[in-house]
Amino acid sequence: MSAVTTPVTRSPQAGAGPAESGWSRWANAHRKWLFAAPAMAFVAVLIIFPVAWTGYLSLTDAEGSVRAESEFIGFQNYLDVLADTDRFWPAVWRTVLFTGVVLAVEVALGMAIALLLWRPFRGERWVRVAILLPLVATPVAVGMMWRLIFDPTIGMANQVLSWVGIGPQPWLSGQSSALPTTMFIDIWQWTPMVVLILLAGLTSLSDEPQEAALIDGASTWQRFRHVTLPLLMPTVIVAILLRGIDALKTFDILYATKGRGGGSFHEVETLNVYAYGLSFDYNDYGVSSTVLIIFFLIIIGVMWALTYRKKGLDR
Amino acid sequence: MKPSKPFTVFRAVALAVVVLALIAPLLWMIAASFKTNVDIYDTGKAFVFSPTLDNYDNVLQRANYVQFIGNSLWVAFAATLLSLVLGVPAAYSMSRFNMKKSALVVLMARIIPGVSLLVPWYYVFSNLQMVGGYTVLILSHMFVSLPLIVYIMMGFFDSLPEDLEEAALVDGLTHIGAFRRITLPLSVPGIATAGILSFIFSWNNFMFALVLSGADTKTLPVAIFDFVGYASIDWGGLMAAATVVTLPIMVIALFVQKYIVSGLTAGATKG
Repeated sequence: MSAVTTPVTRSPQAGAGPAESGWSRWANAHRKWLFAAPAMAFVAVLIIFPVAWTGYLSLTDAEGSVRAESEFIGFQNYLDVLADTDRFWPAVWRTVLFTGVVLAVEVALGMAIALLLWRPFRGERWVRVAILLPLVATPVAVGMMWRLIFDPTIGMANQVLSWVGIGPQPWLSGQSSALPTTMFIDIWQWTPMVVLILLAGLTSLSDEPQEAALIDGASTWQRFRHVTLPLLMPTVIVAILLRGIDALKTFDILYATKGRGGGSFHEVETLNVYAYGLSFDYNDYGVSSTVLIIFFLIIIGVMWALTYRKKGLDR
Repeated sequence: MKPSKPFTVFRAVALAVVVLALIAPLLWMIAASFKTNVDIYDTGKAFVFSPTLDNYDNVLQRANYVQFIGNSLWVAFAATLLSLVLGVPAAYSMSRFNMKKSALVVLMARIIPGVSLLVPWYYVFSNLQMVGGYTVLILSHMFVSLPLIVYIMMGFFDSLPEDLEEAALVDGLTHIGAFRRITLPLSVPGIATAGILSFIFSWNNFMFALVLSGADTKTLPVAIFDFVGYASIDWGGLMAAATVVTLPIMVIALFVQKYIVSGLTAGATKG
């Protein structure tokens, strides 16, 4: 850990020239690594080593106390996990479903809102403030807030539905409605993120292609479909990439709304919630590590596919 | 291009709906935090009720929230400061020397699921008797802050012209001297952006503190669960606790909106 505390800013006074001390000369010659090494060491100690250890644990039968002896069992955990249709595969399916749905809705809705905000208008500042608020709100608190609103008996959601003549819904407490309700909460909180990213992309576009299309008589939809969207596509991919990584790993709102194990019937148990439960509710470290490694590979796969797609567009 | 009249009207209506959808739930939470539990259960008193400060009294006095606010502040502040000290020079090197592979290693931290770090950390730190202490909490939050800061600052340094540093070298400054006296002062907006976002992410972080904090070192997102019982929920207290966590960060966001937006969208428009 000593590398972490290397005082990077403690260089001697500048402007030394010939009077420059040996330490200063050395520091300047090696500044590339002197600057980068502390952060790299931190990452190595706290990230690469734990990931490597997770990989090792996934090949053992570690469980119970963290001090207990564990035995190397090869790929047995992987075989067990991949054959587990009770908890593992449903969790994979929920993770994919959750991520797919929230991404699709957030990008579509985010695009629509970003297009509305694209050209300046009066009161723009206030709309932007409103968009920022859900983003910075603490996800656990957001989960609790929606838990009250979606409460079947005292919640505002059913109250509003009753005004338009729709009967009460179970929302978070229903076995089949819980997952869609958590998706709604995620969409409420994170669509603004997509709006901000797409808006940054739109603002950086030049007006010329738009005007050319207008002169050629293109309709609003044609201009969006054939001019704006293709030019914006790299930014859309960035938004999907950033949101996708976080959506796959969603934990806070699921834990805040449904508690341990994603609810009593595991209604909202995604891979991340499942891995957390295996580790810290069941102390089943071997199996948990296996799930995490598989989860990790899924994330890398998705990232790689999207980055590959983006490179194709940039060219 | 000037927008047409029907579009202007449509836009105003659509944006009003969007703003309402985003703001109303937050206002509802704040309103509930000023209601007694009896009023929360009475749908007739949804909008008209006599406000009470009992919930806040409960949260701040009896539930020991003053301590948890202090914990959250201290952990977020320390993690952000340490990450800036480590991350800003690293980002500078990675940007100027084009250290793509090293940058990738740091950015990997952004995609690794937090649980996969928690298991080994829990192994190591519980053997060192450090679970429940501030040190391990701060280290774990740095795992979120450091990659974020490196990511934002690399983009910032990429766009900062090297001419001024070169001029400083001609004037007799060393490389490190030029970094300290020229580059760092010019980087204040970038550092502010990275620092504010890092603070917010740390303040909002839940999973690390859930596992690694103790009864006295709990941060606010974990402390919220004190109001969720097995049998019943103290809704008024819960909403007051949720408001205590979110309101400060939302108020800060109003003042530093520009920085937050530039940090969140960093790297979105370039390759």
